[in-house]
Amino acid sequence: MKPPGQHPASRLLLIPVAAAVLLFALPLLGLLVRAPWQQFAAQLCSPPVLDALWLSLQCAIAAAALSCVLGLPLAVWLAQGATWSRSCVRILVTLPMVLPPVVGGVALLLAYGRRGIAGGALAGWLGITLPFTTAGVVLAETYVAMPFFVLTAEAGLRSFDRRYALAAATLGAGPWRTFWQVTVPMVAPSLQAGLVVACARALGEFGATITFAGNLAGRTRTVPLAVYVALETEPEGAIVLSLLLVVLSAVMLLVLRHRWWPGR
Amino acid sequence: MTARARILPLLLAAAWLCSCCQKPGTGRPPAMVFAAASLTAAFRAMAAEFERQHPGSKLDLHCAGTSQLVRQVREGAAASVFASADLPSIEQLVAAAPTAALPPAPPRTFARNRLTIVTGNGNPKHILTLADLGRQDVKVALCGPQVPAGRYAREALAKAAVAVQSVSDEPDVKAVVSKVQLGEIDAGVVYVTDVAGAAPMVTAVTIPEQHNVVTACAIAVLSGGNSQATGAAFVAFVLSVDGQRILQSFGFEPP
Repeated sequence: MKPPGQHPASRLLLIPVAAAVLLFALPLLGLLVRAPWQQFAAQLCSPPVLDALWLSLQCAIAAAALSCVLGLPLAVWLAQGATWSRSCVRILVTLPMVLPPVVGGVALLLAYGRRGIAGGALAGWLGITLPFTTAGVVLAETYVAMPFFVLTAEAGLRSFDRRYALAAATLGAGPWRTFWQVTVPMVAPSLQAGLVVACARALGEFGATITFAGNLAGRTRTVPLAVYVALETEPEGAIVLSLLLVVLSAVMLLVLRHRWWPGR
Repeated sequence: MTARARILPLLLAAAWLCSCCQKPGTGRPPAMVFAAASLTAAFRAMAAEFERQHPGSKLDLHCAGTSQLVRQVREGAAASVFASADLPSIEQLVAAAPTAALPPAPPRTFARNRLTIVTGNGNPKHILTLADLGRQDVKVALCGPQVPAGRYAREALAKAAVAVQSVSDEPDVKAVVSKVQLGEIDAGVVYVTDVAGAAPMVTAVTIPEQHNVVTACAIAVLSGGNSQATGAAFVAFVLSVDGQRILQSFGFEPP
């Protein structure tokens, strides 16, 4: 007896499904099998690892926050209609998602580097240089992660039923109050999802970071960069760090799945 | 969408996959040659000349920081020839992965190189000696200490008793040169040959003999490689008069 709606070839379907699952499961298994479990705790608590982890968390959270602050107004504007200018901006914002991050890093250097089109002015007038600094890491991560927030938030805002906002307006609420007290709470799941995905993407950022912000322990060496360095010096350490990233990312996905957020 | 329209992309994808798996051309597979980043330009020229002199033999040249190449061979990359920016890296490789890497013949020194300071075009910060790299207003980047060039650079700075805070541990010499070229850093310490290849976009500042490090570039045929015969022929070519002439045209010194 098949439950209604089940495809007759569902047994056959399991073969490609198993192949796909293996594709993703084997690399994880590889990490688990080769991990140096005896010295795991010692490796994890070594100062270079803790430095990289602390830096990674700070930068990823800062990048997610920056993505939210800059990305929410952008998402609101994008969701307001379907014009030619919005389509162009959406392509521009989506580009870092498909661009190789190294290319993003080079582009960031040419824009915000010391001789970059905006970086020259930043350095000359404000005395701010971004490459090879922790702020540079946050910028690189924001560049790569913000599109995830903007697109998720925009999708949420587009599916928001505007009649609620209209109802609030007829009850005398101004546009700001309507936005913060009606729209935002109703699209909050999308905003939270966007925030978590952006944070996870920032945490795993490598290419743009090493190109734009360089690789210096304690200042710009985040966990992914530490993995890269450790691969050449002590491969065991690289496995420990990789597992750490896997666990962190998995926790974020769990947060996303269960939405362990207050007030829901 | 018709069934044919649906199947076409699949067929295209399958054809593309097949073309990726099978290298077209002659039956013999190309010999994979791993070479240090500092050897890129010279090895490209030598590989072209070698293929011209040996019709039917193909080389697959792969250049990166020596430490990265060592890691790739240790993880099972089927390199037939390993050309390193230093001798210890090949020795380490053989010690760490003897079954995959044990060369049939001991590694040979095929060229020598030395260090230089690299600065932006025209040397805008007026860097004259290694001591200038310790100045507060000079932003310096070196290769990471696991890369031979990074180790040698730190050796030279130690000889000159200069303390330098590198703003970044770069993965290979080319990354240092390109960041000087982009103006993101003021100076770096790389090989003489790297600057010769990037001039006139960058300017070299000579490091005096007493502080400099003369390095030995070493080459070996690896036993785990995909095409040992071609690999051995290429190593012989690198050590031959023709190979040496090309190396010297790129600024390398004889072994």
